[in-house]
Amino acid sequence: MQIDPEKSLELIQYKSEVKNLSFYYGEFNALKNINMVLHDKKITALIGPSGCGKSTFLRCFNRMHDLYPGNRYEGEIILHPDDVNILASNVDPIEVRMRISMVFQKPNPFPKSIYDNVAYGLRVRGIKQRAILEEKVESALRNSALWDEVKDRLHDLAFNLSGGQQQRLCIARALATDPEILLFDEPTSALDPIATASIEELITDLKNKVTILIVTHNMQQAARVSDYTAYMYLGELIEFDVTDTIFIKPKNKQTEDYITGRFG
Amino acid sequence: MKSVSDLEEIRRIIGLHKRWDLIFMITGIIALMIAVLTFMALFAHMLVDGMPRLSWDFFTSFPSRRPESAGILSAWVGTTLVMLVTAVAAVPLGIGSGVYLEEYASKNLLTEIIEINVTNLAGVPSIIYGLLALGLFVYQLGFGQSILAAGLALALLILPVVIVATREAIRSIPITIREGAYALGATKWQTVSDHLLPYSLAGILTGIIIGLARAIGETAPIITIGALTFIAFLPPSPVKSEFPYISFEWLTAPFTVMPIQMFNWVSRPEEAFQLNAAAAGLVLVVMTLAMNGLAIYLRYRMRKNIKW
Repeated sequence: MQIDPEKSLELIQYKSEVKNLSFYYGEFNALKNINMVLHDKKITALIGPSGCGKSTFLRCFNRMHDLYPGNRYEGEIILHPDDVNILASNVDPIEVRMRISMVFQKPNPFPKSIYDNVAYGLRVRGIKQRAILEEKVESALRNSALWDEVKDRLHDLAFNLSGGQQQRLCIARALATDPEILLFDEPTSALDPIATASIEELITDLKNKVTILIVTHNMQQAARVSDYTAYMYLGELIEFDVTDTIFIKPKNKQTEDYITGRFG
Repeated sequence: MKSVSDLEEIRRIIGLHKRWDLIFMITGIIALMIAVLTFMALFAHMLVDGMPRLSWDFFTSFPSRRPESAGILSAWVGTTLVMLVTAVAAVPLGIGSGVYLEEYASKNLLTEIIEINVTNLAGVPSIIYGLLALGLFVYQLGFGQSILAAGLALALLILPVVIVATREAIRSIPITIREGAYALGATKWQTVSDHLLPYSLAGILTGIIIGLARAIGETAPIITIGALTFIAFLPPSPVKSEFPYISFEWLTAPFTVMPIQMFNWVSRPEEAFQLNAAAAGLVLVVMTLAMNGLAIYLRYRMRKNIKW
């Protein structure tokens, strides 16, 4: 097969391309014709006022909306390198969720042991060999900077951890399956400033391993951790650019107003 | 600064209003006492009447024409076996229906109608279930007036309780836990079997036990399907000495249960039989209270590790 050099360059650059994406909750048009890209192994932040659709947009990437009736997608989210449109009706949402992991707003560990929480995604994929499970659990916990704190009590209940530790556990759980994209839905909004700092540090460290899309309420957080930032308002993508450009020299007046705190 | 007369006026009004607190408190205590004392008096009366009759022999003797040698052996064995059939039938059907309605069924008019029906079934008088069982199990399916027919009749009776308990227990699991499982790529069945069922087990078990505690005292449906009131033999043993060691003959055996035995004794003119009824009643109440106690204990025990 002949590979077009420009095309292959694009494949390396982009992990995902969003084309003309619209989304409906029943009759309500929550996302309007969004076009955007996710750069491979980079952090992209979604910012905007409450109700602008940034969480709705994030949840399109793992087809979370399929869990509830009456939701409808239009347009495409292309996942590279195999160019599959993950919104296509013939693509199984479970397959999408196996490639794209998610970390939620509130830490949501299962009422199981620390070990079983991290191993769950692997078990769902049919991995049963103890040695492989143990190795993957350890490496996921190391990657989420939790290993040293929990290595002596892997079989304790996850609920006994602090809020920040629980959120890092959820990150470990999402990482254990080697996802291609990791989605974060306001991962620090339920945490104190110290736990927030440790999560932010962790997210920055992860960028060499995985493509990250993060929704945040906190503009400083977007400025601190992300490489690219998208500003959304009322279901539309107003501006998408390199984070520094968005925060220092936004092209759009609305973005500037939001960034400078005149609105939002 | 208010004047002295103003302050006195305020105090007078407060005193007037507080009088209503006192009046309501007294009314409340009286209302509570009527309920509690009535039950206590009944229970104490039963205790005084029945206690002297309670002995090892009372549990190991068949009913008899002579009240002093009559016992509840066939009744408690019958009750135990009927409850076993009820539990075996109602638990899988109830949990299965509850999980299906909560997690699998698409939300449309049909499921709405089914849901309303299930809730209403809990309020259907128990004798109606007895009539249904008489027609369906005893005659149509030919189970006869057997332990199987009685157990299935009571299973129908408590099915709505188990279904509703299952649904409520599953619904009390936070949506973030459910989404967390799906987000890791779990299928519906993996989410149900790895998460929803284990986390809702305490609530489901409580529902089952409360249902069984209701069924154990039911008399009307059992009479309707024709349980015998005087039985001086036990159903065939479920355990056999030769292969295959397990027998299901007992399912088709005639039987009696505790409330029917009581009913039978109460309707006798001799006073001594009344005492037997009181003693049997005591056993039945203790059985019910023990089941409710077990439900409370299980709920406490299994919820300890789950906080949301």
